[in-house]
Amino acid sequence: MGTESISGIETSVPSSIVQFHMLDQLRALARANSLWPMTFGLACCAIEMMSAGAARFDLSRFGAEVFRPSPRQADLMIVAGTVNKKMLEPVKILYDQMTEPKWVIAMGNCAISGGPFKFKGQYNVIEGVDSFLPVDVYVPGCPPRPEALIEGILELEEKITGTRRWPRVKPETAVKG
Amino acid sequence: MTLLAQSQLQETFELNIGPQHPATHGVLRVKVIMDGEYIVKAEPVLGYIHRMHEKMGENRTWNQFWPNLGRLDYLSAIAYNHGYAGLLERAMGIEVPERAEYIRVITVELNRLQSHLLWFGAFILDLGGFTPLMYAFDEREQILDLLESVTGSRLTYCYFRFGGVYNDVDDDFITGTRAFIKRLRPQIPMYHDLVTKNVILMERLVDIGHISADMCRKYGATGPVLRGSGVNFDIRKNEPYSVYPELDFDVPVYHECDSMARYMVRMDEMEQSMRIIEQALDKMPDGPVKAEKAPKILKPPKGDYHFAVEAARGTFSMRTVSDATNTSYRMRLRSPTYSNLSLFEEASRGMLLSDALAFMGSLDLVIPEMDR
Repeated sequence: MGTESISGIETSVPSSIVQFHMLDQLRALARANSLWPMTFGLACCAIEMMSAGAARFDLSRFGAEVFRPSPRQADLMIVAGTVNKKMLEPVKILYDQMTEPKWVIAMGNCAISGGPFKFKGQYNVIEGVDSFLPVDVYVPGCPPRPEALIEGILELEEKITGTRRWPRVKPETAVKG
Repeated sequence: MTLLAQSQLQETFELNIGPQHPATHGVLRVKVIMDGEYIVKAEPVLGYIHRMHEKMGENRTWNQFWPNLGRLDYLSAIAYNHGYAGLLERAMGIEVPERAEYIRVITVELNRLQSHLLWFGAFILDLGGFTPLMYAFDEREQILDLLESVTGSRLTYCYFRFGGVYNDVDDDFITGTRAFIKRLRPQIPMYHDLVTKNVILMERLVDIGHISADMCRKYGATGPVLRGSGVNFDIRKNEPYSVYPELDFDVPVYHECDSMARYMVRMDEMEQSMRIIEQALDKMPDGPVKAEKAPKILKPPKGDYHFAVEAARGTFSMRTVSDATNTSYRMRLRSPTYSNLSLFEEASRGMLLSDALAFMGSLDLVIPEMDR
């Protein structure tokens, strides 16, 4: 996958003799709040991904609105849709082309498990992108609402920094309408 | 001319667009042979999102196939619901209550509005204007709210049933829809003022992407692509179904055959959809929304059935061969964008690459529907 060489450098810094803990934290904070997702729509979920970035839901509140069509400029791959056997190779190539550090969100049931297209004797759909990609966050739904994708991105931020920066909305405290 | 100059003149190169490219709106791949900036041959490659819909039609029972209809063309999913409902109702001879038919028409037209709004935003985004996307999505979210209140989902609807619809609409939906129409109606002239008259847009669209009516017939193109080429063909008028004959609306037709004509057809269709919705809301009677005698377990009699509807992108028709069991023997889905894309190869010859991408946007492609 091409990740070994570069991730070696990443991990070698904190374990060195001189520790840069504060600096690392600062760097993680910067990364978590300026994720650049790749414009990578596969199917229905891509429309909800567009909705998340557009007028009402406005992903830029969380710093992740800079959708980049080129994998070399992106650090977050949102697999939004069904991956089938023909698309498998391009997805792998796209992931390899992304620069480190990089993260993957599996958006929607198709990307998680094959979703509604998984049946006995199916011949074309890859049942879950985690069979070939290291998935960080799973966002279930068919398709997930834009709020769910935003929550997925917040979860990823938590994974990167170790702390939750935004309050968690509980169903009973959520504002209706 | 020297041999060297000749060979330089004939020098072409191959360019791959996709399967991951923002202008193809999905995972379409186009193999293009280029001569400088001009296209010699553009060959679309499909299959990157083939999801076995037809096969699933054959190993799912009739009722289990409903969710697939919401995931074919996820932008006008309710029209696809309508196609499937109509198919089985024709096969089984199920009578649909009138209120259900009106609800179907209202939801289909709302769905068509949101589809065209999204196309409007995404198309202008392709051409380099970002702001219209935000305007279009603002309106679109209002429609999604309305549809969500009756169908329960935002995008992949599974709302219709054989012999009616799943849920009756409430007063909130009716008043909300009326208020929304009142809100959207002045927006469309504003879009025309802001976008249509823009010189840059005119330069990119007028006289670009010429498709003659003959070419449309040859490839079976339907929908706004066909109507932008001067052919007045709309399933709602030509093979009327549901309660469309009782509603008064026009079919916008433009004779310019270029990208601008297709753009104008869709913009005018939004106006007509609003007219249809208003009339349907006025005429909607009270009563049940589901046929009482619709059987729970379906076994359509042996035969070959066909039903066509006008989806947002053109004619969607379903054909099934039934062998009187609870699954289909063969399910065939005829999707409009597959035919609309197939003329791309012929129409894009000699075009500038940047124009070809604008032209592709004007075809309004949804890739999972094409690959099925």
